Amino acid sequence: MSKTSRTVITMPAQAKQGSIIEIRAIAQHDMESGFRYSEAGKVIPRDIIRTFSCTYNNVPVFSADFYPGIGANPLLIFTTIATETATLEFKWVGDDGYEAINQAHITVT
Amino acid sequence: MKINTLSPQIHSRRDWLRQVQKIGLVTLSFCLNPISAFAKKADAALAIEKLTGSNSIQEGRVSLIIPPLVENGNLVVLKVSVESPMTEADYVKAIHVIAEGNPLPNIFSAYLTPRSGKAIVTTRVRLGDSQRVWAIAQMSDGSFWKGYADTLVTLSACTEMV
Repeated sequence: MSKTSRTVITMPAQAKQGSIIEIRAIAQHDMESGFRYSEAGKVIPRDIIRTFSCTYNNVPVFSADFYPGIGANPLLIFTTIATETATLEFKWVGDDGYEAINQAHITVT
Repeated sequence: MKINTLSPQIHSRRDWLRQVQKIGLVTLSFCLNPISAFAKKADAALAIEKLTGSNSIQEGRVSLIIPPLVENGNLVVLKVSVESPMTEADYVKAIHVIAEGNPLPNIFSAYLTPRSGKAIVTTRVRLGDSQRVWAIAQMSDGSFWKGYADTLVTLSACTEMV
């Protein structure tokens, strides 16, 4: 897996203050489990995303640890409360120096 | 005379049938092989113990939704929700998902905050076998709750070759 990859965030661009918004975060990654064998009979080494974190205006609101049990191109759907107009930052960190960062802006009225 | 000659024959046939029955039972027990199944369950129990420590886990409040029949174990949509008001005083700290039949029982751990609003997390997981999947929720007051779902997997996630 390359050092970084494409990520997509789907969330509303506008929300009412205090409402709960749903965020869908997906990263392009093979999530090689480390339990598969190649045709030569060798174990393919594990190469997965280890952690995911989300900050709302630099305040951490959600994070997750991934294990090989997560499928390829990990998708996470979670919620947060729209408190203020801010930028949300999403960060994925994985094996072999993998790191991906994505940002999304929300206008709260 | 006739009866006398017949009776040993009948006896030997009965004995032979008993022998066959015994062999059948032995092979059946090998096929079912409860030892390997229990070993995996023990792995899952160990993984749960590592997460919770010595705290007791109560049943309830956590609901786990996975399809009851899965064709391909490579991508299974899994949804966990926990009943909680999600306020500063009472919220879900973490949700852990453990699969009994996977080579590594841990699937993921999600860490929530009062700002999550709702304790619902959805993701896509791999399932190695037909099994029971557990979800364990850690509350802000330190209590643990668990829920489970059973599923049938027709194609395991671990069988594919590259």
